Amino acid sequence: MELRKNYFADQRKDDLHEIGQPRPRSDSPGHVTGKTAYFADRNFPGMLHLKMVRSPHHHARIRSINTSEAEKHPGVVKILTAKDVPHNVYTILILIQIGPEDETVLADGKVRWKGEAVVAVLAETERAAQEAAAKVKVDYEVLPAVFDMEEALKPGAPVVNEYHGQNYYLYDSGECRKVRFGDVEAGFAGADHILEQTYQSSPIEHAPTETTGCVVVPEGNDRFTCYTNTQAMFFTLDNASIILQMPGSKLHFVGGTVGGGFGGKVDVIVEPIAILGAKLTGRPVSFIYSREEEMQISSPRAAEKVVIKDGVMKDGRIVARKVTGYTDAGAYSRHSPYGAQKGAGHYPGPYTIPNVWIDTYCVYTNRTPSSAMRGFGVTIGDFALEVQMDKLARLIGMDPLEFRFINAYRDGDMKAHRQPTEGAALIECMQEASRAANWPVAEKYLAMSSYTKGA
Amino acid sequence: MAKVPVQFTLNGTEKAEFIDSGTTLLHALRDKIGDTSPKGGCHQGTCGACSVIIDGELRLSCLTLAETCNGTAITTTSGLSEGGVLHPLQRAFLDAFATQCGFCTPGMIMAAKVLLDHTPTPSRDEVVEALSGNICRCTGYEPIIQAVLTAARSNSQHAA
Repeated sequence: MELRKNYFADQRKDDLHEIGQPRPRSDSPGHVTGKTAYFADRNFPGMLHLKMVRSPHHHARIRSINTSEAEKHPGVVKILTAKDVPHNVYTILILIQIGPEDETVLADGKVRWKGEAVVAVLAETERAAQEAAAKVKVDYEVLPAVFDMEEALKPGAPVVNEYHGQNYYLYDSGECRKVRFGDVEAGFAGADHILEQTYQSSPIEHAPTETTGCVVVPEGNDRFTCYTNTQAMFFTLDNASIILQMPGSKLHFVGGTVGGGFGGKVDVIVEPIAILGAKLTGRPVSFIYSREEEMQISSPRAAEKVVIKDGVMKDGRIVARKVTGYTDAGAYSRHSPYGAQKGAGHYPGPYTIPNVWIDTYCVYTNRTPSSAMRGFGVTIGDFALEVQMDKLARLIGMDPLEFRFINAYRDGDMKAHRQPTEGAALIECMQEASRAANWPVAEKYLAMSSYTKGA
Repeated sequence: MAKVPVQFTLNGTEKAEFIDSGTTLLHALRDKIGDTSPKGGCHQGTCGACSVIIDGELRLSCLTLAETCNGTAITTTSGLSEGGVLHPLQRAFLDAFATQCGFCTPGMIMAAKVLLDHTPTPSRDEVVEALSGNICRCTGYEPIIQAVLTAARSNSQHAA
């Protein structure tokens, strides 16, 4: 590794002891010897296995649920439905006052996506739980479903989630998160060229090698130990406390060892129902997603649609940018209202643009609820923005890297969401990239600095 | 349900269990015998996390019925170090930063061990081919390949 010491030399002492040095990871010895304890490596006498009965429909009313045949299946110990869950309607971000509660632990009266959990079956073996789950009879009245974000936003579209009442998340700013900076229409009017493009992405599954799950043990001290591979220990503990109406002091979460997460294990899905199962049976409970559930049931990265309209001058300056972003939350909020909001702040990119107008919508559809994944809210946006930057450069016949130098943000520039830029390093990164990639740019760009305007 | 007896050696130690017919070797090792070093990632033979060595051959324990393993010698990653000293492959994985979440690591090491047992000085292509049945979703393949090549070099130096 080579450290470039000529950049920002005044900001650091360069007496680095760790960076650039090989250091052993504290968890590696456990990994290479097979001793690292993942949650599923815990096995307890009398442990029950939980399997979910899931909705085969994208959108349906539940007329009735009949568990009598399943209860008679050999090995079945307990069957749970919505009425067994103390606080069945929840939303994970309620912990930071982002409501409304809009999702059920077990479906109550309605299912809103194909795969939604309806009934939990606890049995002596995984096989018995699976066989009994197949004997649960649910009578559905299938409802019209909506899968496309623009269709969902049209008047008369089926309402996906009654807790919202409309198919978008209602921000305090209204039907979308808005950023308004300068006069975008005046910017377009004065621009030499205008380019409007639409970018779309599909949901992406994290596909961790270790599937989502937990093992819960009722302890002698009236507490429950939950071994889990969640990426959000305290978020999960606090939400479990709300869902189970149980003080957090009764819950002991053990985790931190995750067999691949990538953001896919931050929702609170398996733990509350497994703890409830352990409470109502007095026995350890294991709830582990099958590979099929990991791929089909766990939250993916949201599908997104991004419409970008830019006004650009022949000399390379972007003078106006208007963005409409759509985030497909699927049937429930989870982390998507936050992801869509992040996009609103992010869409100018690391560029200084004097006139900006951004609307980002968090849209509900009858698709698998989406949630966090590596930079969610900005990753797809960055793909769209940087493709747009290349197209703009081509449009005015400019080198794409030089085009980015011209528009790069620098310390002191006001961002569209009214945070002044501090600690910018884009120019220096591009200068180094220009050298490393042997992509030469004009000398004046190599003389630029994030510290100062001019040049 | 009638139980079936199974008997094999695991990392050199005799093991005997009564299992339900149809139990996979992965389930028998993890939940009956208590060796959790093979991991269950897909239970359908596609991820390689459950890889073990049976009589010198690489096998997917999630697709192997335990009752077919009677009389065999089974090796898992938990049995590789001797007297507290890491196997050269384990050492190389540690030194080369070839683990991230660690879930695929035991299976990777099994696949690499079978390669080096049969081909002590493999080419890079042979290493890639040998690991092609093992998925690392953290996508740390390059350090893993380097670790196997390093272990092969240290083996050949040891032999010389």
